[in-house]
Amino acid sequence: MTVADAGVAGVVGTPMTRREDPGLLSGEARFVDDLVVPGALHVGLVRSPHANARIRSVDTSAAMALPGVVAAFSGADLRDEWAQPLPCAWPVTPEMLNPAHLPLAVEHARYAGDAVAAVVAESAYVAEDAAALVAVDYDVLPAVVDLEDAVADRALVHPELSTNTAYTWELTPEPEAVERAFAEAVHTVSERYVQQRLIPEAMEPRGVCVVPQPFGDEYTVYSATQIPHILKVMLGLSLGVAETKLRVVAPAVGGGFGSKLNVYAEELLCAALARRLKRPVRWNEDRTENAQATIQGRGQIQHIELAADGDGKIRAVRVRLLADMGAYLQLVTPGIPLLGAFLYHGAYDVPAYSFVCTGVFTTKTPTDAYRGAGRPEATYAIERAIDALAGKVGVDPAEIRRRNFIPREAFPYSSAPGLVFDSGDYEGSLGKALDLAGYDDLRAEQRARRARGSTRHLGVGLSSYVEMCGLAPSRVLASLNYSAGGWEAATVRILPTGTAQVVTGTSPHGQGHVTSWSMIVADKLGISPDEVEVLHSDTAVAPHGMDTYGSRSVSVGGTAVFLAAERVLTKARTIAAHQLEVAEEDLELSGGTFAVRGSPERSMALATIAFEAFTAHNLPDGLEPTLEASVTWDPPNFTFPFGTHVAVVEVDEETGRVDLVRYVAVDDCGEQVNPLIVEGQVHGGIVQGVAQALWEEAVYDQDGNLLTTTLTDYLVPSAAEVPSIEVGRTVTPSPTNPMGVKGVGETGTIAATPAVMNAVIDALAPFGVRDLDMPATPERVWHAIRGIGQEGRQ
Amino acid sequence: MIPVAFDYQRVSSVDEALGLLATHGDEAKLLAGGHSLLPLMKLRLAVPSVLVDVGRLHDLSYVRDAGDHVAIGALTRHRDLETSELLAAQVPILAHVAGQVGDPQVRHRGTIGGSLAHGDPASDLPAVVLALGGTLVARGPGGERTIEARSFFEGFLQTALGPDELLTEIRVPKATIVGAAAVRNGTTGVALVNMGSTPLRASATEAALAAGASIGDAAAVAAEGTEPSGDLNASPDFRRHLATVLVRRALEEAAS
Repeated sequence: MTVADAGVAGVVGTPMTRREDPGLLSGEARFVDDLVVPGALHVGLVRSPHANARIRSVDTSAAMALPGVVAAFSGADLRDEWAQPLPCAWPVTPEMLNPAHLPLAVEHARYAGDAVAAVVAESAYVAEDAAALVAVDYDVLPAVVDLEDAVADRALVHPELSTNTAYTWELTPEPEAVERAFAEAVHTVSERYVQQRLIPEAMEPRGVCVVPQPFGDEYTVYSATQIPHILKVMLGLSLGVAETKLRVVAPAVGGGFGSKLNVYAEELLCAALARRLKRPVRWNEDRTENAQATIQGRGQIQHIELAADGDGKIRAVRVRLLADMGAYLQLVTPGIPLLGAFLYHGAYDVPAYSFVCTGVFTTKTPTDAYRGAGRPEATYAIERAIDALAGKVGVDPAEIRRRNFIPREAFPYSSAPGLVFDSGDYEGSLGKALDLAGYDDLRAEQRARRARGSTRHLGVGLSSYVEMCGLAPSRVLASLNYSAGGWEAATVRILPTGTAQVVTGTSPHGQGHVTSWSMIVADKLGISPDEVEVLHSDTAVAPHGMDTYGSRSVSVGGTAVFLAAERVLTKARTIAAHQLEVAEEDLELSGGTFAVRGSPERSMALATIAFEAFTAHNLPDGLEPTLEASVTWDPPNFTFPFGTHVAVVEVDEETGRVDLVRYVAVDDCGEQVNPLIVEGQVHGGIVQGVAQALWEEAVYDQDGNLLTTTLTDYLVPSAAEVPSIEVGRTVTPSPTNPMGVKGVGETGTIAATPAVMNAVIDALAPFGVRDLDMPATPERVWHAIRGIGQEGRQ
Repeated sequence: MIPVAFDYQRVSSVDEALGLLATHGDEAKLLAGGHSLLPLMKLRLAVPSVLVDVGRLHDLSYVRDAGDHVAIGALTRHRDLETSELLAAQVPILAHVAGQVGDPQVRHRGTIGGSLAHGDPASDLPAVVLALGGTLVARGPGGERTIEARSFFEGFLQTALGPDELLTEIRVPKATIVGAAAVRNGTTGVALVNMGSTPLRASATEAALAAGASIGDAAAVAAEGTEPSGDLNASPDFRRHLATVLVRRALEEAAS
């Protein structure tokens, strides 16, 4: 019966503007810092100016003397507040070293920005002044900055561990097969790539406000977080507070990109101080703190080797990673490289596979999830390496990809590292992207420019990616030692007046779930999206949820919403059939009304059915009152979006400047709930990926000082730097969920970085340039052209 | 990123501003568009105890034809320079460069006087006024004085303005031109941004041009005598190289 009901209203698949936007654009949306909380105290943090230092003493007396200061604490003062250190939920191996990480460092500051003392004042202004008055005496120790040097353990981040290596994780199903493939290879490629650290610059920095409730030692925690549900559990554990005493609310949240998928020192600190001082306590991050104390992304050195036969058909991929953990393991720090561990063969059919990752401590800001999380790194490595292979074999980059793609007819495809790719048509998306880009014309233009000696070199770069998202089947997460499940919960109810209400466990912070979930329900029930209310991001309203990250929301959370709506509809049909005295099969749903097939005058609107379910005056025997259903969906597999992007750059030979002149993206994220939101995600993701290739880098000096602490130094692109993006799509529905959806939040970022870098390297081919570190700054490009090595800065 | 506490005084006349400067000395800073000063204050690199807001001295916002030169009020916003028909006709380089500053939001707030008085060697407008051989007019307790642009910029964020003085007007000769170079009366002025602690004239290039050198040869010596610093954006060597390339392109554009 559900088949006939599907797509009744035809809402799903229609581009619709977002219901969230008027509030965001008019300023009516309320972010943490907008919340008016009478009597709230403000926290100011004293952060270590040194990358590695013993704390000899902390003197807060001058700060305490400042009018308006209520309290000041060193790390030692608050040591007993913590039932557990800050959590790391992903112990990737049983042997992994996870040093205690306290919200305020007690004896040792391990990165520049590590909080060592907190002042609490009547205003944020006084708090900042007071923080400057706290005198901390440090014993400065050598910084551990360079990743390859850190592995040598010459200086230690955590001396008590006797090593800087946190863990080594390996995935090599058949070692002999890999050895054999390399021994028999006609062509081999061996590349070393550096994934520079990136700073997530969400438009809204972090913020937290903890309000003690008047009775019963209960706390409401408002936080700019992606994960109110996970945060609630972790706060309870770290503070030694029963989960039942905590309510976590994520109000309007201005972006996260993974950086707010965490449990932060400041969240624990505000909660502990609210408990201690019995007053609301709040803190808002400034842009410099965002650079220093919010997690950073990427930070890897990658060695990738390909073994190929004479035709360039890849027989084995071997990867060795050094992954920069930073000073401590945050919520999922050690697992980030593993999210890429299964994808270093990319979209290609590779029979033998070996991956080893070593997680390394450094005296730098902790790393963790950043848009794509492990998958951009993997995609970068294979997409750069396959271009290198094309060069060795002597074929066009498009051709080498065609020779290696997992063929359309091979799905479901069991990959060497152990995934089952559910669906795909990689050659189809490559073909479409090349057509859209006018690939042959671009190559002709490139040849013409080279022939006439133009100093503006054209470069064309391809990136054919596949990623795994929709985190995730809980059993797979268990096999990776992840400490939580990957399900999502939803409740759909039709209220007595006929409007629908959705409660979702996802926690949108820019993704537009209110719009998309209301479309899914409206489509299912045959009503208008405006008649659907979506509640989220408040653990008192939506008690179950696994929150929003890893492009999981539509394929896991959206599916839960879809199934809950379906169950509501089933119950509504039962009630309607009962009251209309017909068989359920004789009813058809149209425009929100069930009518008897062939007798349209005999009908019941959903609103009427809802009211009947509410009064319960005339329900079938044994049927519970109210029209409501809850579903918790645990996906059977990941989803696998794919596509091909084409970047076209011009490189100025004299200045080294790289201009991105065209960008073509063909993505397949399965069925699209709202194509407008999909396109927005694609655009934003691409710009973030381009930024890694061309502009962004968290730069540390040799002493471990972060030099890029403002947006003057850390170059986040604006619309002016990016051409109009040409978007195309293919639709290969995912067989993993009933809507056939996949996920699109990270695809742009995953695809764009290698596309742009391949284009830059392509442009520089006449100069014999084969590699370039990111970002491809004018000076790096200029040096490469002149054959000067990638020398240090300054 | 919260400034140290300060007093704020909004003035309605130049005399009132000068009075406050006289009272507070170098404890006071003048606030115009705020796009250079406020970021420094938020980083606590600038900690004035009094801000004297001259942003509403509307009579210092103008672009006027003054015969052999164009007179520009110090509080003229970049946006007004960018869209000035008079500048477009008489000193197009200034209108062009003003239109390159920041983004529209910045250009609607920032002022030419603020940009010059800030003395940032990385700013564009100081270099243009320098290339044009402009003159700056300042008022202080002793009355009005004029300062040649050539001697106005003394060091990194340092100018010839006294702590008790207010920049009131910028005078630029009428000049046809573009790029980073200005041509007037048959002589060519070339100024460099980010090639030292102040905006600089590329004197070697200017001398070479005066002696009849080709554009290529003149541009090749653009970095001579400069000591650019290195930072995250570029090393000194790269800056010297860029100076030669960009000066050549500016001269070619000016000549075409």
